[in-house]
Amino acid sequence: MHFTPITPYHYLLLSAALFSVGVIGVMVRRNIIILFMSIELMFNAVNINLVAFAALYRHEVGQAFAVFVIAVAAAEAAVGLGIILAFYRNKETLNIDEMNLMKG
Amino acid sequence: MRLIWLLPLIPAAGAAVNGLAGVRWFGRAAAGAVACLAMLSAFAVALTASIALIRLPPEARAYDVTLGPWLPPIPLATAHGIGSFAAEWAFRLDPLATVMILVVTGIGLLIHVYATAYMMDEPRGGYARFFCYLNLFCAFMLLLVLASNFLVMFIGWEGVGLCSYLLIGYWYEKGSAATAGRKAFITNRIGDWGFLLGVFGVFHVFGTLDFHAVAQAVSSLPIEQSHFGELSIICLLLFIGATGKSAQIPLFVWLPDAMEGPTPVSALIHAATMVTAGVYMVGRNAVLFQHAPLVLAIIAIVGTLTALMAATIGLVQNDIKRVLAYSTVSQLGYMFLAAGVGAFAASTFHLLTHAFFKALLFLGSGAVIHAMAGEQDMQRMGGLRRFLPVTFVTMMIGALAIAGIPPLAGFFSKDEILLQAFSKNRALWALGSVTALMTAFYMFRLVALTFYGVYRGPSWPRHVPPAVGGPATLSIATAHGVRHPVDPDAHGLAHVPQHDLSHGPAHPVPIGPAAHAHEWHGPHEAPSAMTWPLMALAVGAIVCGFISIPPALGGTNALERFLEPSFGGTPAAATVEHARQPRADAEPATADQASNGREWALMLLAVTLAGAGVAAAWRLYVTRPEIPVRLAARWPGLHSLLWHKYFVDEFYGATLVRSTFASARGLWTFDARVVDGAVNGSGWMTRTVSWFSGIFDRVVVDGLVNFVGWSADEGSLVVRRGQTGLLQNYLLLIVLGVCVFLTVYLFAR
Repeated sequence: MHFTPITPYHYLLLSAALFSVGVIGVMVRRNIIILFMSIELMFNAVNINLVAFAALYRHEVGQAFAVFVIAVAAAEAAVGLGIILAFYRNKETLNIDEMNLMKG
Repeated sequence: MRLIWLLPLIPAAGAAVNGLAGVRWFGRAAAGAVACLAMLSAFAVALTASIALIRLPPEARAYDVTLGPWLPPIPLATAHGIGSFAAEWAFRLDPLATVMILVVTGIGLLIHVYATAYMMDEPRGGYARFFCYLNLFCAFMLLLVLASNFLVMFIGWEGVGLCSYLLIGYWYEKGSAATAGRKAFITNRIGDWGFLLGVFGVFHVFGTLDFHAVAQAVSSLPIEQSHFGELSIICLLLFIGATGKSAQIPLFVWLPDAMEGPTPVSALIHAATMVTAGVYMVGRNAVLFQHAPLVLAIIAIVGTLTALMAATIGLVQNDIKRVLAYSTVSQLGYMFLAAGVGAFAASTFHLLTHAFFKALLFLGSGAVIHAMAGEQDMQRMGGLRRFLPVTFVTMMIGALAIAGIPPLAGFFSKDEILLQAFSKNRALWALGSVTALMTAFYMFRLVALTFYGVYRGPSWPRHVPPAVGGPATLSIATAHGVRHPVDPDAHGLAHVPQHDLSHGPAHPVPIGPAAHAHEWHGPHEAPSAMTWPLMALAVGAIVCGFISIPPALGGTNALERFLEPSFGGTPAAATVEHARQPRADAEPATADQASNGREWALMLLAVTLAGAGVAAAWRLYVTRPEIPVRLAARWPGLHSLLWHKYFVDEFYGATLVRSTFASARGLWTFDARVVDGAVNGSGWMTRTVSWFSGIFDRVVVDGLVNFVGWSADEGSLVVRRGQTGLLQNYLLLIVLGVCVFLTVYLFAR
């Protein structure tokens, strides 16, 4: 059985795919929770990127940065969920189209 | 005696109770009782204080009570450097004040009792209001006579003027009463102006306002024998005040009109007490006036002329109260005559006796008016002595007293004045004697027209017997030619309008049988609450002369001696040495006899004149009633002159009142045209200017602000279309941008 070794390209490809899924998810879905999960996907795509390059260049800063991103993402999730909760209590809906108060 | 400060307070408390609570809640009996009780307690205090004062030795008969400071000392310029202007609530009881408080409280009490019955048909609230005013008047009058300095006296002086105004205008719905009240007040204000200037002058010259201090200061100054110096000016100004309050020429016009007030008011204020305030004030400042002989001469002349003029007017008047009013003016003139010749004690003596008999006469006239259901015209009375026996007898006593028939009160006091005038100036004495003759005449004309002759008043229903006389009275009335109406029911109402005019909306006959309460059934005697004061005053009019019997008749001039300390320190005090007064003359016996003889002669002459006056009145109005008509027809000019009171009112109306009105109208025109014009013009200017600035504000300022907003709004029309507010739109743009960027970056490099 022949295994192609996992090169940085693979990682980048996975990362790009994951990021695209996230971007498309944010763009096409209406449920804010789904949007939120898509954003998490994009974070993770970035993390994979970081870790991949860290492995490539044998440099630990990339991993450390990835850990930071995870921590910040956790905090962001807490804040974001709080906002979503407040929004839901006001509007009784999770539809993102209802969230257009900043319309000019 | 320590409680003399209570004297003004007790009636004031009565007034407060009646004024604050009585008007709303008290019945007539309660309101009257409160007022009479206040006067009774004041009288008791006055009596106690007087007895205590009389018990003291003559030189110690003065008592000062200072309640406390009123005005703190203020530095103020006087003629002798900077003085200290201070006033205290200070009262002084001395012989003069003693006489006055006894008169005010004693006669005041009797008049209060009288008024409880006289005013009985007033509405309940009006009744309490009346007694409130009456008590308030007594409070101010007592303040006036007890005051120990000019300022406290001035409060009383103004206060009695106020109460006089309120009481004259008591029936304020009646136009003539309201006008009379205003006239009295304004005329008094003119006098008060003089009084106040005099007070200023006193402070300017002496640096104090205390009567005693002024008297002491003035006694060290020289008498202004022939020049008109500062003392004379002060005295003249004070005398102007006295002419206003005491109804002397030229300010006497208010007193006859003041008869619009209820009769008890006329008796108390406009006969017995308030109008004597001027006389009292002159006596209170006797020492000051003694130092201004020229002013004393003016006072004597004014007093004499007033006495004569008022007496002549009184000869022809037909309104019973007006006759008495002119008689009051005339008698006040006598008092000023006495003061003017330096006989202040005689002046006060006459004040005292006059208070008795004039209050008596007024109350008697009130009983007559009451009996006649409001009729005041003596032409419509007559023959009343059978209906009003008590009133008739008491008024007869009063008339005899004022005419100067011995041994009644008026004889002694008037004689004393004429004697003093004789020793000073024969002309004044002669005029005074003529006035005495006329006094006797017009008083007995009043008595004759009212009580004698045939009954000329309205008739009453035949089926009801008259109040007092019963059928006998009726038959007498018939015998005297009383006409009865064809329709017995037609009359009763005839007197009502007249009654309403003079007595306000109520009927003045409240007490007595119910049958008489609302319909007039002929002249009838007054209720006992009215007759008792009449009788008490009649007794006073008989006996009060005896307290100062002249030495020529074996007396000692007790009152004058009693009063002497109040006028004390007077260099010219003993203008006339009485026969039995101790003299340092070399030949006392001869002088005594000469003086005695002169006194006897004068008395005899005075009594003869009085008798002549009475006899003349009797002949003209009882035995030969056609003579007065003939006399009037013979001298129409003279009669018209007297009938119209020398046209003084018309003269004042044409000169002073009209010029005042004219100047007021001129000032009004100035006010309406110029002042109002200026105010309105500036208002119009402001409006015009602000209209323009409003336009500017709306167009330019608002326009600029709105233009900024409008341009921002319009300018952003295109741009803001992209700002949908939808998160996903933005993200789409971002992604598209990234794609474009990547495409360019990757392929177009």
